[in-house]
Order: sequence, then C-alpha cells, then structure tokens
Amino acid sequence: MLGIIHLGGVLDRTPRKNVMKLNELTITQAREGLQQKKFSSVELTKACLDRIKQVDGKINAFVTVTEEEALEHAKHADKLLNNITIEQYNNYPLLGIPIGLKDMYMTKGIRTTAASKVLENYIPQYDATVVTKLKNAGAIIIGKTNCDAWAHGSSGENSDFGPTKNPWNIEYVPGGSSSGSAAAIAADMCIASTGTDTGGSIRLPANFCNVVGLKPTYGRVSRYGIIAMASSLDSIGHFTKTVEDCALILNITAGNDSCDATTPKKNKPDYTESLKKSVNGLKIGIPKEYFEIGLDKEIKEKTLKAAQILESLGAKTVEASLPHTEYALACYYIIVPSEISSNLARYDGIRYGMERTNFGDEAKRRIMLGTYTLSAGYYDAYYKKAMQIRTLLKQDFDRAFEKVDVIISPVSPTPPWKLGEKVNDPLKMYLSDIYTITINLVGIPGLCVPIGFTKNELPLGMQILGPHFSEETLFQIGNAFEEVTKNEGWRKKKPVL
Amino acid sequence: MKINVSHVAKLANLPLTDEEKKKFENQLSSVLKYVEKLREVDTSKVEETSQVTGLENVLREDQAAPSLSQGDALKNAKSKHNGLFKVPAILDE
Repeated sequence: MLGIIHLGGVLDRTPRKNVMKLNELTITQAREGLQQKKFSSVELTKACLDRIKQVDGKINAFVTVTEEEALEHAKHADKLLNNITIEQYNNYPLLGIPIGLKDMYMTKGIRTTAASKVLENYIPQYDATVVTKLKNAGAIIIGKTNCDAWAHGSSGENSDFGPTKNPWNIEYVPGGSSSGSAAAIAADMCIASTGTDTGGSIRLPANFCNVVGLKPTYGRVSRYGIIAMASSLDSIGHFTKTVEDCALILNITAGNDSCDATTPKKNKPDYTESLKKSVNGLKIGIPKEYFEIGLDKEIKEKTLKAAQILESLGAKTVEASLPHTEYALACYYIIVPSEISSNLARYDGIRYGMERTNFGDEAKRRIMLGTYTLSAGYYDAYYKKAMQIRTLLKQDFDRAFEKVDVIISPVSPTPPWKLGEKVNDPLKMYLSDIYTITINLVGIPGLCVPIGFTKNELPLGMQILGPHFSEETLFQIGNAFEEVTKNEGWRKKKPVL
Repeated sequence: MKINVSHVAKLANLPLTDEEKKKFENQLSSVLKYVEKLREVDTSKVEETSQVTGLENVLREDQAAPSLSQGDALKNAKSKHNGLFKVPAILDE
C-alpha cells in the first residue's frame, strides 16, 4: 500500500473521497500526515518519484531528477521528525516535503541548465538564496524543472531539452516559461515548485495548468543565484495546489538579502494570517481595457463570473481604467531584450558553459534585438522611450489603486494553444503575454488562481493584482474564491495520464 | 525598419549562418515595426522609470567575507593554466 493513505475525515480540504495518493497532497496535508506519523518523508518522496517515472516520459516536466539525493534527504528528514518537539517542527515549515526547482535556480552540486545547451554541463558552486531558505525550511529537492531556455517564452517550447506538454491534454502547451514547474504540480509529480516571472512566466503556466502561481512584488524575494533574464523585472515566485500553500512558501522565501540590493529591509508579515479574513467591503477593479477586443469570449465570461462570485461574498466590483495598456507590449519588448542582451553577454564559454553558437533561436533573437536597441544612436529612440512609457504605465496603476484594493483580469487572451501553433511567429507568441507583462513593468504582485475549464476541457485562471507589497490581500481574495468554489465539479478533476 | 543583422550579430558576438541571418532579419524587422507604436505617445515631459519600488543607492560596508575558493571558481572552466582561466588571445604579438 506504499504511496496510498487513508486520510479519513481529518482533512476537510481533501477534494476527493477518502483515498488519496501521497503525491497528490497539498503542503498543509502532507505536513499534517508527516507530523501524525501517518506516513514518512521517504514514502512521500517515493510516491512523487514513482509518479515522475510513471508520467514524465509523456510530459517532460523535469530536466534533472535528483532521486538519490532526494531519498537521502528524506531519510534525514524522517530522523529529524522523530526527534523534535512540535515547537521545533514549526521552524521547519517544509520538513520532508518534496519540491521541484525551475532549472534557472542555482543548486550547489546539481546541474543547472536554464534549459539551454549553453549550460548543459554547468554545475553551480553555490545555492541561490531562495534555495538555501527552502532547504533550511526542510524541503526535499526532487529535481530541476524544464522551461523555455533562459526563461524566454510563453509556451515552454523554447527548451533545448524538448517541450513540456500540458498534463490536461498533451497536444497543448502548458504555458511558459516555467512550463515544467506548473506541469509537475498539475500532474502531482511534486508537492510544490518554484518559478521565475519576468513577463508572466509563472502566471501563464499556472493559468494553463489549473494550479496556483504567485509573482511577488519586484524585490520581495531575492534574485541572488537565479539566472538573470531582465534584471529590472525578474520576480521570484512559486506554484502550489492551493492558495494557503502559496502563502506558506512566501513566508519562507520573502525578505531582505544582502546579496540582492533590490530586496527592501521591509517587515515581512505572516502571509497565512490574511487567509481567513473576509473579503467583505473590498473593492475590486475590472480594467475595461483588458476586456476589450481580442479577448476570448469564454475567458471573458468566466473571469467576470469569478468577480461576481467575489461580489456575492461582499466585495464590490467597479470599472477601472489603465489607459496606456495598448503600449505595454511594445514597451516590454524593448526593455526586456535590452536587459537580456546585457545579461547574456557573460556567457562566453570561458569560465563555464559552452560557446555562444549554442544559444537557441529565441535567445539569439532577443540578444540581437537588445543589442540593436541599446546601440549607439538608437538608445534614446528605443530604450529611453520605453522607460518613459514605463512611467506612464506605473501611473495608470497608481491611479487605479487609489480607487480599488485589487484588480482582477484574465491571464491570457486565449486558452492554451496546440504545440507548434506559434513557434514560427515570434510576434504572435509575444501577444499572448498582453495581460501579464505590464505587471512586471510596474513591479506589482500578481496571484493566478484557477477558475475552471473551457468547453474543450482546458484549464482557465484569473489574476488578482494589487499595489506593491500587497500579497496579503491577494491571498485573502484568492483563498476566499477557492473556499467558496471548493465543492464545484471542476475542482475534483485530475488530468488523465 | 530594416535591421542590419550581420552588424548586430557581430556586436553581440553571435556567429550566425546565412540562413539564420535571413530568417532573423524578417522576424526582427516585424518586431521592430511593432514597437514603433510607442512613437504615438508624447513623452517629452515624462521621467524614466528604471526602479519600480523606489529604492535608491543601496550600499553596504565594504568588508571582506569568505567567497569561492580558487579551485571552486575554476571548476567549470574547460581550459585553465596554473590556477587561472585560460582565454583566447585578443592582441597580436
């Protein structure tokens, strides 16, 4: 019976009957079971590893699976579990819990590729700050997840290690760039996973895979030791099965880091505290520009329906306006390639990695675009202009948040698309980021939560956006929505693999 | 807007095949054409934003702290000599 446990009525969040596989548990459920000795961390870790062996041939969510190290660490976690008091246990919020790390996160002694051939053999000499924090919390690193190479992409197809497939329908993309991390959670290959979000790379795959994904405020979580894409936008977040789990991980990862000057010395709240707060009286803005032409009809209806559900809980919805929205994508595709061309200049194959000929098409395109927009004579017309537009976009949101607590919007203008559909048309691919990129330019947090499925049985989510450092409010709303919809039929679905 | 792919690739130290040059020229030109859109906006009186959360001049004490050992730092290098990185010559003799 290894890997299956009868949880009885202990866990009221259990979405299905009494029998649940260990790898399907949430962090909260796994913690409860580990603490009550219903199963061990070794059993939990083996259940995840077995699931990876069973389905990852189809999904390709992992670039590297660290089976040996994971089992060794799980044994160690079990020993610790047997020898500590409850108070001590609370110092290890992820003790014995298997997680996946996007292969952009440097892991000491474990190959880190950024899903690019350039770093095919690169073995970091140190851990990213977030990796150290997760390890100190007791997490078991089960492997490194696939993504668009260098996190450049919206579909997961730019990986040099092959595309990740959407577990809900393997003919469709899982969304990118953190494709493997989202797919791994959707297919229950690990309990939680990490991602990076520079223009939607966490929210888009969360949206396409029916999982919860958080892009925190810029600077809330340290970027140190995470392979840089566009340094003024990169945000470090994660994927979970519930909003509660999401808050729990931010409690671990958030905070000042002397190695990343963009992390403010700002108080860090206990993010799980706001979960139980009522949404009664909160004001939700619906940005009219995000619901105009180009948005899929079904997504529009479902997102507005979700807002109505929150209204039924006492929140108020009002129309908001973000007038410069139409310029955001052009602004983004100047600033991002510019910063990429600078960040990828270091890969010369001398100190580590392979020669520059090993860059894939998308990295080459972005390096050249950025080199061009930053080159002599063009800087003012492109980069400077984009940085000015960025100010206008920020002012749009500042003004909107004077009237509302949060904004709710779609994550993508369309449902997941089929593999191969947009690979030869970069501009078309870029347009799928239309609702997510502005959030990075403005630096505010965004939480993506599932809201249901399309008629074609593909997942849909919405994003909840708030002012800088308002993650607590996002969790409060996300959790309220999750709670009130927990008995709906779609919540009980699992991908068939 | 036409982009001189050969010149830009040289600046970026990216060796490209002729086929790649042709493909990228078309793709990059279409992206550049799209971003021209920004010209519609009058930004003559708008400041630039490079840092969104308002932090400025974040400094720390200049204190030495343990860092990677020489051996560790060289671990991923393909070519080394006497505990140093070996690089291609950039100047003629």
